[in-house]
Amino acid sequence: MSDFLDFAAEHLPYILAGVPTTLALWILAITFGFFFGLVLAWCRIYGKKPAYWASTGYIEIFRGTPMLVQMLFIYLGLPEVGLTFDPFTAAVIAIGLNTSAYQAEYFRGAIQSIPQGQMTAARAMGMSDLQGLIFIVLPQALRRVIPQWSNEAILELKFTSIAFAIGVTEITARAETIGFKTFRFFEIFLIVAAVYFVLTATVAQILHIVERRTAVPGLTLGR
Amino acid sequence: MSALLEVEGIRKKYGQFEVLKGVSLQLERGQAKVVMGPSGTGKSTLLRCINYLTPPDAGTVRLDGEEVVPRNLNRIRQQVAFVFQDFNLFTHLRVIDNITIGPRRILGLSKTEARDRAMRELERVGLADKVRAYPAELSGGQQQRVSIARALAMEPKVILFDEPTSALDPELTGEVVNVMKRLASEGMTMLVVSHEIGFARSAADEIVFMDGGHILEQGPPAQLFDAPQHERTRRFLRMIGDQVGDAAAAGEGA
Repeated sequence: MSDFLDFAAEHLPYILAGVPTTLALWILAITFGFFFGLVLAWCRIYGKKPAYWASTGYIEIFRGTPMLVQMLFIYLGLPEVGLTFDPFTAAVIAIGLNTSAYQAEYFRGAIQSIPQGQMTAARAMGMSDLQGLIFIVLPQALRRVIPQWSNEAILELKFTSIAFAIGVTEITARAETIGFKTFRFFEIFLIVAAVYFVLTATVAQILHIVERRTAVPGLTLGR
Repeated sequence: MSALLEVEGIRKKYGQFEVLKGVSLQLERGQAKVVMGPSGTGKSTLLRCINYLTPPDAGTVRLDGEEVVPRNLNRIRQQVAFVFQDFNLFTHLRVIDNITIGPRRILGLSKTEARDRAMRELERVGLADKVRAYPAELSGGQQQRVSIARALAMEPKVILFDEPTSALDPELTGEVVNVMKRLASEGMTMLVVSHEIGFARSAADEIVFMDGGHILEQGPPAQLFDAPQHERTRRFLRMIGDQVGDAAAAGEGA
């Protein structure tokens, strides 16, 4: 046991030095996914035929193929047609595009769950459709989507680990490096799993607090 | 002087079914008119056509001489408030914010101006103590009074009421009707679809009786209630007279 603790003490700093990369990758990707997801949801709900079909096709393709394949395609495939990205950027793009497809579907469901009368009342007082969306529908839909969105965000935090496959030195890549240097894979992957667990538990707790503090009677399911 | 609200030849078809077959009416400044008639006669549709929540197939609507067209629609709607059967208060906003959001975001009032105006209107409907409540924490009658305050805060030229008491339990209709009576006596211009005989008799300047997508007859309450011209009107009045509570509770739909 003390042997394990010594090993952990020796290598944990190197692993933890990858946390900023992991978090940066995650935050950039889910933020991009958030805004692009909203645009996709808008196209699916309010868009004319071309926008509807384009967004639907996009969502189906990105949900229907593995994220690792998407990432490898962006990092290794696109340079052949003249689009070159460094590993970190390629990973952000891949995870961001992928999560936008999932977030779009959650947003769509939440927006459509808001009763029609809310938008009707907004229009009746003289709001444009965009104002009605921004001031009335979205504040309600976003509150409702928090539980599903939290799941998605935590899923993506764990998915940042596949960026190691294209050489981003986030925490999984660092663990692998130590593993091959020391051949103590058992310990090192236990340690990195624990680091992920602390990160996801913290994020889950923060999102839970956000959910509680934004809750409104009659809109979200109280507890 | 021309009427404040002029509605002319409104027609509306849903599929093969013509709900409105050319309806015209005028509303003078300060006038309160009540529209009555059997279910499915197009009363609510008429109201929704006036502010284009349901665009009419034909006909024109003029407010203060200005014709409503898609280009000026949002500006016209700021002056034609709408009170819904099922209130449609904004669920995520406290009472105060439900009332200030229009003046702030649409009319561009400052935060304090909008707040002062909201407090004034809340006092008018007797709910100043509910400022911080969310809609779900209010009774139906209170929600409808807040929605009337929300309408008033836009300082509209006319308010359209679409069966404002139909979704309420009988014991809650009184508080809403009282607020509406007060508005009428203060000279608010109102067009009301409702079967509240009490309101119609005491507060309306004129009753409009609709049947089958037409206006069958209209006139002052005394004339229409006590000496209706048409057999159809007589039959309808007899029916709602027999079941005053039921007619309101049954609701109307389109």
